[in-house]
Amino acid sequence: MYWKEFIHQCSEIGIGSLGIVVIISIFMGAVSTVQTAYQLVSPLIPLTVIAQVVRDTVILEFAPTLVCIVLAGVVGSKIASELGNMRVSEQIDALEIMGINTKTYLVLPKIIAALVVIPMLVVIAGVLGIWGGRLAGTMTNIIPASTFDQGLLDAFSPYNVVFALYKAYSFAFIISSIPAYFGYYVKGGALEIGRASTKAVVISCIMILFADYILAALLL
Amino acid sequence: MIEVKNIKKSFADKVVIEDVSATMKAGQCNLIIGTSGSGKTVLMKCMVGLFEPDEGEVLYSGESFTRMNRNDKTEIRKQIGMLFQGSALFDSLTVQENVMFPLNMFTPWPVKKKLERVNEVLNRVNLKDTNKKFPAELSGGMKKRVGIARAIVLNPKYLFCDEPNSGLDPQTSLVIDKLIREITLEYNITTVVNTHDMNSVMEVGNYILYMYQGKKEWEGSNKEIIFSKNQRLNEFIFASEFLKDAKEMRMLEETGRMPNDRNIDDMIK
Repeated sequence: MYWKEFIHQCSEIGIGSLGIVVIISIFMGAVSTVQTAYQLVSPLIPLTVIAQVVRDTVILEFAPTLVCIVLAGVVGSKIASELGNMRVSEQIDALEIMGINTKTYLVLPKIIAALVVIPMLVVIAGVLGIWGGRLAGTMTNIIPASTFDQGLLDAFSPYNVVFALYKAYSFAFIISSIPAYFGYYVKGGALEIGRASTKAVVISCIMILFADYILAALLL
Repeated sequence: MIEVKNIKKSFADKVVIEDVSATMKAGQCNLIIGTSGSGKTVLMKCMVGLFEPDEGEVLYSGESFTRMNRNDKTEIRKQIGMLFQGSALFDSLTVQENVMFPLNMFTPWPVKKKLERVNEVLNRVNLKDTNKKFPAELSGGMKKRVGIARAIVLNPKYLFCDEPNSGLDPQTSLVIDKLIREITLEYNITTVVNTHDMNSVMEVGNYILYMYQGKKEWEGSNKEIIFSKNQRLNEFIFASEFLKDAKEMRMLEETGRMPNDRNIDDMIK
Protein backbone atom coordinates (compact mmCIF):
# COMPACT_ATOMS: atom_id res chain seq x y z
CA MET A 1 0.00 0.00 0.00
CA TYR A 2 1.37 3.41 -1.00
CA TRP A 3 0.44 5.61 1.99
CA LYS A 4 1.59 8.89 0.46
CA GLU A 5 -0.58 8.31 -2.57
CA PHE A 6 -3.45 7.24 -0.28
CA ILE A 7 -3.25 10.50 1.70
CA HIS A 8 -3.04 12.47 -1.55
CA GLN A 9 -6.18 10.75 -2.83
CA CYS A 10 -8.00 11.34 0.47
CA SER A 11 -7.26 15.03 0.02
CA GLU A 12 -8.23 15.03 -3.67
CA ILE A 13 -11.52 13.21 -3.15
CA GLY A 14 -12.42 14.62 0.26
CA ILE A 15 -11.25 18.22 0.26
CA GLY A 16 -11.75 18.49 -3.49
CA SER A 17 -15.43 17.58 -3.23
CA LEU A 18 -16.24 19.30 0.06
CA GLY A 19 -17.41 22.59 -1.52
CA ILE A 20 -19.99 21.03 -3.80
CA VAL A 21 -21.18 18.67 -1.03
CA VAL A 22 -21.72 21.60 1.36
CA ILE A 23 -23.70 23.61 -1.19
CA ILE A 24 -25.86 20.68 -2.31
CA SER A 25 -26.57 19.54 1.25
CA ILE A 26 -27.72 22.90 2.56
CA PHE A 27 -30.03 23.55 -0.38
CA MET A 28 -31.30 19.97 -0.38
CA GLY A 29 -32.34 20.28 3.29
CA ALA A 30 -33.82 23.74 2.75
CA VAL A 31 -35.94 22.61 -0.20
CA SER A 32 -37.07 19.54 1.76
CA THR A 33 -38.41 21.71 4.58
CA VAL A 34 -40.21 24.12 2.29
CA GLN A 35 -41.78 21.38 0.14
CA THR A 36 -42.76 19.20 3.11
CA ALA A 37 -44.45 22.17 4.77
CA TYR A 38 -46.24 22.93 1.47
CA GLN A 39 -47.68 19.40 1.39
CA LEU A 40 -48.63 19.16 5.09
CA VAL A 41 -51.60 21.53 5.04
CA SER A 42 -53.78 19.75 7.62
CA PRO A 43 -53.99 21.52 10.99
CA LEU A 44 -54.19 18.05 12.60
CA ILE A 45 -50.56 17.29 11.73
CA PRO A 46 -48.12 18.88 14.18
CA LEU A 47 -45.27 21.03 12.80
CA THR A 48 -42.70 18.70 14.34
CA VAL A 49 -43.56 16.22 11.59
CA ILE A 50 -41.85 18.53 9.10
CA ALA A 51 -38.58 18.12 10.99
CA GLN A 52 -39.04 14.35 11.20
CA VAL A 53 -39.71 14.06 7.48
CA VAL A 54 -36.72 16.28 6.64
CA ARG A 55 -34.46 14.34 9.04
CA ASP A 56 -35.41 10.90 7.72
CA THR A 57 -35.41 11.94 4.06
CA VAL A 58 -31.99 13.53 4.36
CA ILE A 59 -30.44 10.66 6.34
CA LEU A 60 -32.01 7.81 4.41
CA GLU A 61 -31.89 9.09 0.86
CA PHE A 62 -30.64 12.57 0.11
CA ALA A 63 -27.31 12.51 1.96
CA PRO A 64 -26.09 9.11 0.76
CA THR A 65 -27.73 8.74 -2.65
CA LEU A 66 -27.99 12.25 -4.03
CA VAL A 67 -24.55 13.27 -2.78
CA CYS A 68 -23.00 10.07 -4.16
CA ILE A 69 -24.61 10.60 -7.55
CA VAL A 70 -23.06 14.07 -7.62
CA LEU A 71 -19.74 12.60 -6.45
CA ALA A 72 -19.95 10.00 -9.24
CA GLY A 73 -19.81 12.94 -11.63
CA VAL A 74 -17.16 14.94 -9.79
CA VAL A 75 -14.85 12.18 -8.53
CA GLY A 76 -15.69 9.50 -11.10
CA SER A 77 -14.92 11.64 -14.13
CA LYS A 78 -11.70 12.83 -12.50
CA ILE A 79 -10.51 9.28 -11.77
CA ALA A 80 -11.42 8.02 -15.26
CA SER A 81 -9.83 10.93 -17.09
CA GLU A 82 -6.69 10.95 -14.91
CA LEU A 83 -6.04 7.23 -15.42
CA GLY A 84 -7.08 7.43 -19.08
CA ASN A 85 -4.64 10.25 -19.73
CA MET A 86 -1.88 8.33 -17.96
CA ARG A 87 -2.62 5.26 -20.08
CA VAL A 88 -2.71 7.14 -23.39
CA SER A 89 0.47 9.13 -22.67
CA GLU A 90 2.30 5.92 -21.67
CA GLN A 91 2.77 7.07 -18.05
CA ILE A 92 1.26 3.78 -16.82
CA ASP A 93 3.69 1.87 -19.08
CA ALA A 94 6.54 3.94 -17.62
CA LEU A 95 5.50 2.91 -14.10
CA GLU A 96 5.25 -0.75 -15.17
CA ILE A 97 8.75 -0.60 -16.66
CA MET A 98 10.06 0.73 -13.34
CA GLY A 99 8.72 -2.44 -11.72
CA ILE A 100 5.80 -0.72 -9.98
CA ASN A 101 2.51 -2.59 -9.72
CA THR A 102 0.33 0.08 -11.29
CA LYS A 103 -2.96 -1.32 -10.01
CA THR A 104 -1.62 -1.18 -6.44
CA TYR A 105 -0.04 2.24 -6.94
CA LEU A 106 -2.74 3.99 -8.95
CA VAL A 107 -6.05 2.20 -8.41
CA LEU A 108 -5.98 0.79 -4.87
CA PRO A 109 -5.25 4.10 -3.07
CA LYS A 110 -8.17 5.71 -4.94
CA ILE A 111 -10.60 2.97 -3.91
CA ILE A 112 -9.47 2.90 -0.28
CA ALA A 113 -9.42 6.70 -0.08
CA ALA A 114 -12.97 6.79 -1.44
CA LEU A 115 -14.07 4.18 1.11
CA VAL A 116 -12.61 6.30 3.92
CA VAL A 117 -13.59 9.77 2.78
CA ILE A 118 -16.97 9.39 1.06
CA PRO A 119 -18.79 8.10 4.18
CA MET A 120 -17.37 11.15 5.99
CA LEU A 121 -18.77 13.41 3.26
CA VAL A 122 -22.14 11.67 3.57
CA VAL A 123 -22.18 12.31 7.34
CA ILE A 124 -21.29 15.97 6.72
CA ALA A 125 -24.02 16.14 4.05
CA GLY A 126 -26.56 14.70 6.50
CA VAL A 127 -25.71 17.20 9.22
CA LEU A 128 -25.64 20.15 6.84
CA GLY A 129 -28.84 19.00 5.12
CA ILE A 130 -30.75 18.97 8.40
CA TRP A 131 -29.19 22.30 9.38
CA GLY A 132 -30.15 23.75 6.00
CA GLY A 133 -33.73 22.57 6.56
CA ARG A 134 -33.81 24.16 10.01
CA LEU A 135 -32.40 27.40 8.63
CA ALA A 136 -34.95 27.56 5.81
CA GLY A 137 -37.78 26.72 8.20
CA THR A 138 -36.91 29.50 10.62
CA MET A 139 -36.02 32.08 7.97
CA THR A 140 -39.37 31.62 6.17
CA ASN A 141 -41.35 31.33 9.42
CA ILE A 142 -42.58 27.88 8.44
CA ILE A 143 -41.44 26.29 11.68
CA PRO A 144 -39.78 27.77 14.79
CA ALA A 145 -36.28 26.54 15.59
CA SER A 146 -37.33 25.00 18.91
CA THR A 147 -40.17 23.05 17.25
CA PHE A 148 -37.81 21.85 14.54
CA ASP A 149 -35.31 20.68 17.18
CA GLN A 150 -38.05 18.87 19.04
CA GLY A 151 -39.16 17.18 15.81
CA LEU A 152 -35.64 16.03 15.12
CA LEU A 153 -35.60 14.08 18.37
CA ASP A 154 -39.06 12.54 17.97
CA ALA A 155 -39.05 8.86 16.95
CA PHE A 156 -35.43 8.98 15.91
CA SER A 157 -34.05 5.61 14.83
CA PRO A 158 -30.23 5.37 15.04
CA TYR A 159 -30.40 2.44 12.59
CA ASN A 160 -31.19 4.96 9.84
CA VAL A 161 -27.70 6.41 10.28
CA VAL A 162 -26.17 2.92 10.12
CA PHE A 163 -28.17 2.21 6.99
CA ALA A 164 -26.97 5.48 5.44
CA LEU A 165 -23.39 4.43 6.14
CA TYR A 166 -23.97 1.01 4.54
CA LYS A 167 -25.13 2.89 1.48
CA ALA A 168 -22.19 5.29 1.63
CA TYR A 169 -19.62 2.45 1.69
CA SER A 170 -21.33 0.62 -1.18
CA PHE A 171 -21.60 3.76 -3.30
CA ALA A 172 -18.01 4.77 -2.50
CA PHE A 173 -16.79 1.48 -3.94
CA ILE A 174 -18.91 1.98 -7.06
CA ILE A 175 -17.80 5.61 -7.51
CA SER A 176 -14.09 4.69 -7.35
CA SER A 177 -13.86 1.24 -8.93
CA ILE A 178 -15.99 1.68 -12.07
CA PRO A 179 -14.25 4.89 -13.28
CA ALA A 180 -10.87 3.37 -12.36
CA TYR A 181 -11.65 0.37 -14.57
CA PHE A 182 -12.77 2.51 -17.53
CA GLY A 183 -9.81 4.87 -17.18
CA TYR A 184 -7.18 2.18 -16.66
CA TYR A 185 -8.19 0.16 -19.72
CA VAL A 186 -8.84 3.05 -22.10
CA LYS A 187 -7.41 2.64 -25.61
CA GLY A 188 -6.88 5.35 -28.18
CA GLY A 189 -6.53 9.10 -27.70
CA ALA A 190 -8.17 12.19 -26.25
CA LEU A 191 -11.59 11.35 -27.69
CA GLU A 192 -11.58 7.91 -26.06
CA ILE A 193 -10.62 9.43 -22.69
CA GLY A 194 -13.71 11.66 -22.87
CA ARG A 195 -15.90 8.71 -23.88
CA ALA A 196 -14.50 6.53 -21.11
CA SER A 197 -15.10 9.30 -18.59
CA THR A 198 -18.72 9.79 -19.67
CA LYS A 199 -19.37 6.05 -19.74
CA ALA A 200 -17.84 5.65 -16.29
CA VAL A 201 -20.09 8.36 -14.80
CA VAL A 202 -23.26 7.05 -16.47
CA ILE A 203 -22.63 3.44 -15.41
CA SER A 204 -21.66 4.52 -11.88
CA CYS A 205 -24.92 6.49 -11.53
CA ILE A 206 -27.00 3.56 -12.77
CA MET A 207 -25.17 1.18 -10.43
CA ILE A 208 -25.71 3.56 -7.49
CA LEU A 209 -29.47 3.65 -8.14
CA PHE A 210 -29.54 -0.12 -8.57
CA ALA A 211 -27.55 -0.69 -5.36
CA ASP A 212 -29.78 1.85 -3.59
CA TYR A 213 -32.85 -0.24 -4.35
CA ILE A 214 -31.17 -3.57 -3.45
CA LEU A 215 -29.91 -2.19 -0.11
CA ALA A 216 -33.30 -0.69 0.74
CA ALA A 217 -35.07 -3.93 -0.11
CA LEU A 218 -32.63 -6.00 1.91
CA LEU A 219 -31.94 -3.85 4.96
CA LEU A 220 -35.13 -1.87 5.68
CA MET B 1 23.07 -9.24 -23.31
CA ILE B 2 19.43 -9.52 -24.35
CA GLU B 3 18.34 -12.43 -26.51
CA VAL B 4 15.07 -12.60 -28.38
CA LYS B 5 14.15 -16.13 -29.44
CA ASN B 6 11.45 -16.93 -32.00
CA ILE B 7 9.08 -14.22 -30.80
CA LYS B 8 5.60 -14.26 -32.26
CA LYS B 9 2.88 -11.77 -31.37
CA SER B 10 -0.62 -11.34 -32.78
CA PHE B 11 -3.48 -8.97 -32.02
CA ALA B 12 -6.79 -10.68 -32.81
CA ASP B 13 -6.18 -12.28 -36.23
CA LYS B 14 -3.37 -9.92 -37.24
CA VAL B 15 0.13 -11.30 -36.86
CA VAL B 16 2.37 -8.35 -35.93
CA ILE B 17 5.62 -10.18 -35.22
CA GLU B 18 6.47 -13.52 -36.75
CA ASP B 19 9.34 -15.66 -35.56
CA VAL B 20 11.87 -12.92 -34.79
CA SER B 21 15.17 -13.86 -33.16
CA ALA B 22 18.01 -11.47 -32.35
CA THR B 23 20.83 -10.88 -29.89
CA MET B 24 21.28 -7.39 -28.48
CA LYS B 25 24.95 -6.90 -27.72
CA ALA B 26 25.97 -6.04 -24.17
CA GLY B 27 27.33 -2.54 -23.57
CA GLN B 28 26.49 -1.38 -27.10
CA CYS B 29 23.82 0.52 -29.02
CA ASN B 30 21.44 -1.90 -30.66
CA LEU B 31 18.94 -0.53 -33.15
CA ILE B 32 15.62 -1.89 -34.31
CA ILE B 33 14.67 -0.20 -37.57
CA GLY B 34 11.86 -0.53 -40.05
CA THR B 35 8.94 1.28 -41.62
CA SER B 36 5.89 2.30 -39.59
CA GLY B 37 3.82 -0.77 -38.78
CA SER B 38 6.73 -3.18 -39.19
CA GLY B 39 6.43 -4.31 -35.56
CA LYS B 40 9.38 -2.44 -33.99
CA THR B 41 7.48 -1.01 -31.04
CA VAL B 42 5.61 -4.26 -30.40
CA LEU B 43 8.93 -6.13 -30.39
CA MET B 44 10.38 -3.65 -27.92
CA LYS B 45 7.28 -3.87 -25.70
CA CYS B 46 7.60 -7.69 -25.77
CA MET B 47 11.24 -7.30 -24.70
CA VAL B 48 10.39 -5.13 -21.69
CA GLY B 49 7.35 -7.20 -20.77
CA LEU B 50 4.60 -4.71 -21.59
CA PHE B 51 3.25 -7.31 -24.05
CA GLU B 52 3.33 -11.06 -23.50
CA PRO B 53 4.60 -12.80 -26.66
CA ASP B 54 2.34 -15.57 -28.00
CA GLU B 55 5.37 -17.74 -28.67
CA GLY B 56 9.11 -17.52 -28.03
CA GLU B 57 10.98 -15.94 -25.17
CA VAL B 58 13.16 -13.00 -24.15
CA LEU B 59 16.32 -13.68 -22.15
CA TYR B 60 18.21 -11.17 -20.00
CA SER B 61 21.79 -12.39 -19.35
CA GLY B 62 20.63 -15.93 -20.15
CA GLU B 63 17.57 -15.87 -17.86
CA SER B 64 14.15 -16.24 -19.45
CA PHE B 65 12.26 -13.04 -18.69
CA THR B 66 9.11 -14.38 -20.35
CA ARG B 67 8.88 -17.37 -18.00
CA MET B 68 9.78 -15.55 -14.79
CA ASN B 69 7.27 -15.04 -12.00
CA ARG B 70 6.05 -11.54 -11.19
CA ASN B 71 8.60 -10.90 -8.42
CA ASP B 72 11.59 -11.94 -10.55
CA LYS B 73 10.28 -9.81 -13.42
CA THR B 74 10.07 -6.85 -11.04
CA GLU B 75 13.72 -7.36 -10.11
CA ILE B 76 14.76 -7.34 -13.79
CA ARG B 77 12.59 -4.29 -14.43
CA LYS B 78 14.47 -2.38 -11.76
CA GLN B 79 17.53 -2.82 -14.01
CA ILE B 80 15.66 -1.41 -17.02
CA GLY B 81 15.33 2.23 -17.98
CA MET B 82 13.05 3.28 -20.80
CA LEU B 83 12.63 6.44 -22.81
CA PHE B 84 9.17 6.58 -24.37
CA GLN B 85 8.23 8.11 -27.70
CA GLY B 86 6.22 10.86 -25.98
CA SER B 87 8.64 10.96 -23.02
CA ALA B 88 5.84 9.76 -20.63
CA LEU B 89 6.78 12.28 -17.96
CA PHE B 90 4.34 12.63 -15.06
CA ASP B 91 2.50 15.87 -15.86
CA SER B 92 1.75 16.83 -12.26
CA LEU B 93 5.37 16.49 -11.12
CA THR B 94 8.26 18.87 -11.69
CA VAL B 95 11.40 17.83 -13.57
CA GLN B 96 13.15 17.18 -10.26
CA GLU B 97 10.25 15.10 -8.92
CA ASN B 98 10.02 13.14 -12.18
CA VAL B 99 13.69 12.19 -12.05
CA MET B 100 13.54 11.53 -8.31
CA PHE B 101 10.49 9.29 -8.66
CA PRO B 102 12.39 5.97 -9.18
CA LEU B 103 14.71 6.90 -6.29
CA ASN B 104 11.72 7.50 -4.01
CA MET B 105 10.30 4.14 -5.00
CA PHE B 106 13.37 1.95 -4.79
CA THR B 107 16.01 3.52 -2.57
CA PRO B 108 16.09 4.20 1.18
CA TRP B 109 18.39 7.19 0.56
CA PRO B 110 17.92 10.46 2.47
CA VAL B 111 16.49 13.37 0.50
CA LYS B 112 19.86 15.12 0.26
CA LYS B 113 21.51 12.14 -1.41
CA LYS B 114 18.57 11.71 -3.80
CA LEU B 115 18.79 15.38 -4.72
CA GLU B 116 22.51 15.07 -5.42
CA ARG B 117 21.86 12.10 -7.71
CA VAL B 118 19.05 13.95 -9.50
CA ASN B 119 21.28 16.97 -10.12
CA GLU B 120 24.08 14.69 -11.30
CA VAL B 121 21.96 13.01 -13.99
CA LEU B 122 20.29 16.27 -14.99
CA ASN B 123 23.73 17.80 -15.47
CA ARG B 124 24.73 14.71 -17.45
CA VAL B 125 21.90 15.29 -19.92
CA ASN B 126 22.81 19.00 -20.04
CA LEU B 127 19.74 20.23 -18.21
CA LYS B 128 20.49 22.82 -15.61
CA ASP B 129 18.08 25.17 -13.81
CA THR B 130 15.07 23.17 -14.92
CA ASN B 131 14.47 21.35 -11.61
CA LYS B 132 11.38 23.31 -10.71
CA LYS B 133 9.82 23.36 -14.16
CA PHE B 134 6.84 21.22 -15.14
CA PRO B 135 6.88 19.03 -18.30
CA ALA B 136 4.40 21.39 -19.99
CA GLU B 137 7.02 24.17 -19.79
CA LEU B 138 9.71 22.16 -21.62
CA SER B 139 10.51 21.78 -25.32
CA GLY B 140 10.34 18.36 -27.01
CA GLY B 141 14.11 17.88 -26.82
CA MET B 142 14.21 18.85 -23.15
CA LYS B 143 11.41 16.40 -22.35
CA LYS B 144 13.41 13.63 -24.05
CA ARG B 145 16.46 14.54 -21.99
CA VAL B 146 14.43 14.50 -18.77
CA GLY B 147 13.11 11.10 -19.90
CA ILE B 148 16.69 9.89 -20.36
CA ALA B 149 17.70 11.31 -16.96
CA ARG B 150 14.78 9.48 -15.31
CA ALA B 151 15.69 6.28 -17.17
CA ILE B 152 19.32 6.29 -16.02
CA VAL B 153 18.89 7.63 -12.47
CA LEU B 154 18.94 4.12 -10.95
CA ASN B 155 22.03 3.10 -12.99
CA PRO B 156 20.19 0.55 -15.13
CA LYS B 157 21.90 -2.29 -16.98
CA TYR B 158 19.51 -1.97 -19.92
CA LEU B 159 18.20 1.17 -21.63
CA PHE B 160 15.32 1.07 -24.11
CA CYS B 161 14.54 4.09 -26.27
CA ASP B 162 11.34 4.10 -28.33
CA GLU B 163 11.81 6.49 -31.25
CA PRO B 164 13.93 9.01 -29.31
CA ASN B 165 14.10 11.41 -32.26
CA SER B 166 10.43 11.53 -33.19
CA GLY B 167 9.13 15.08 -33.38
CA LEU B 168 12.57 16.64 -32.99
CA ASP B 169 14.49 18.87 -35.38
CA PRO B 170 17.65 17.40 -36.97
CA GLN B 171 20.00 19.35 -34.69
CA THR B 172 18.22 18.25 -31.49
CA SER B 173 18.08 14.70 -32.88
CA LEU B 174 21.86 14.76 -33.16
CA VAL B 175 22.15 15.90 -29.54
CA ILE B 176 19.89 13.05 -28.37
CA ASP B 177 21.78 10.48 -30.51
CA LYS B 178 25.09 11.69 -29.11
CA LEU B 179 23.74 11.56 -25.57
CA ILE B 180 22.42 8.00 -25.97
CA ARG B 181 25.74 6.84 -27.45
CA GLU B 182 27.79 8.53 -24.71
CA ILE B 183 25.60 7.22 -21.89
CA THR B 184 25.75 3.70 -23.32
CA LEU B 185 29.56 3.74 -23.26
CA GLU B 186 29.94 5.69 -20.03
CA TYR B 187 27.62 3.53 -17.92
CA ASN B 188 28.26 0.31 -19.91
CA ILE B 189 24.54 -0.06 -20.60
CA THR B 190 23.00 -2.42 -23.14
CA THR B 191 20.92 0.03 -25.15
CA VAL B 192 18.11 -0.87 -27.53
CA VAL B 193 16.84 1.96 -29.74
CA ASN B 194 13.77 1.73 -31.89
CA THR B 195 14.06 4.27 -34.69
CA HIS B 196 13.64 5.16 -38.31
CA ASP B 197 16.01 8.09 -38.15
CA MET B 198 18.79 7.53 -40.66
CA ASN B 199 21.31 9.57 -38.76
CA SER B 200 20.81 7.34 -35.70
CA VAL B 201 21.31 4.28 -37.87
CA MET B 202 24.61 5.49 -39.25
CA GLU B 203 25.94 7.12 -36.08
CA VAL B 204 24.96 4.92 -33.15
CA GLY B 205 24.06 1.51 -34.57
CA ASN B 206 26.60 -1.06 -33.31
CA TYR B 207 24.03 -3.73 -34.08
CA ILE B 208 21.06 -3.12 -36.38
CA LEU B 209 17.98 -5.28 -36.78
CA TYR B 210 15.85 -4.37 -39.79
CA MET B 211 12.23 -5.48 -39.61
CA TYR B 212 9.88 -5.76 -42.54
CA GLN B 213 6.19 -6.62 -42.08
CA GLY B 214 6.80 -8.25 -38.71
CA LYS B 215 9.76 -10.37 -39.78
CA LYS B 216 13.51 -9.99 -39.41
CA GLU B 217 14.72 -8.92 -42.83
CA TRP B 218 18.35 -8.07 -42.14
CA GLU B 219 20.83 -7.71 -39.29
CA GLY B 220 24.33 -6.31 -39.09
CA SER B 221 26.33 -3.25 -38.06
CA ASN B 222 26.33 0.35 -39.32
CA LYS B 223 29.52 -0.48 -41.20
CA GLU B 224 27.91 -3.43 -42.95
CA ILE B 225 24.63 -1.70 -43.76
CA ILE B 226 26.12 0.46 -46.51
CA PHE B 227 27.40 -2.63 -48.32
CA SER B 228 24.15 -4.55 -47.93
CA LYS B 229 22.60 -5.90 -51.12
CA ASN B 230 19.21 -6.36 -49.46
CA GLN B 231 16.84 -4.49 -51.75
CA ARG B 232 14.12 -3.79 -49.16
CA LEU B 233 16.70 -2.48 -46.71
CA ASN B 234 18.29 -0.24 -49.33
CA GLU B 235 14.90 1.09 -50.40
CA PHE B 236 14.12 1.90 -46.76
CA ILE B 237 17.46 3.32 -45.67
CA PHE B 238 18.61 5.09 -48.80
CA ALA B 239 15.21 6.25 -50.00
CA SER B 240 16.25 9.64 -51.43
CA GLU B 241 18.95 10.62 -53.95
CA PHE B 242 20.65 12.58 -51.19
CA LEU B 243 20.90 9.50 -48.98
CA LYS B 244 22.07 7.38 -51.92
CA ASP B 245 24.87 9.86 -52.48
CA ALA B 246 25.67 9.86 -48.76
CA LYS B 247 25.89 6.08 -48.88
CA GLU B 248 28.31 6.22 -51.80
CA MET B 249 30.43 8.78 -50.03
CA ARG B 250 30.59 6.54 -46.98
CA MET B 251 31.55 3.61 -49.23
CA LEU B 252 34.27 5.76 -50.72
CA GLU B 253 35.53 6.51 -47.23
CA GLU B 254 35.52 2.85 -46.26
CA THR B 255 36.93 1.28 -49.45
CA GLY B 256 38.79 4.11 -51.15
CA ARG B 257 36.87 3.68 -54.40
CA MET B 258 33.49 4.66 -55.81
CA PRO B 259 30.83 1.97 -56.19
CA ASN B 260 29.64 1.12 -59.70
CA ASP B 261 32.60 3.06 -61.16
CA ARG B 262 30.83 6.41 -60.63
CA ASN B 263 32.82 9.57 -60.97
CA ILE B 264 33.18 11.65 -57.80
CA ASP B 265 32.90 14.87 -59.87
CA ASP B 266 29.41 13.82 -61.05
CA MET B 267 28.30 13.49 -57.45
CA ILE B 268 29.71 16.86 -56.43
CA LYS B 269 27.77 18.55 -59.26
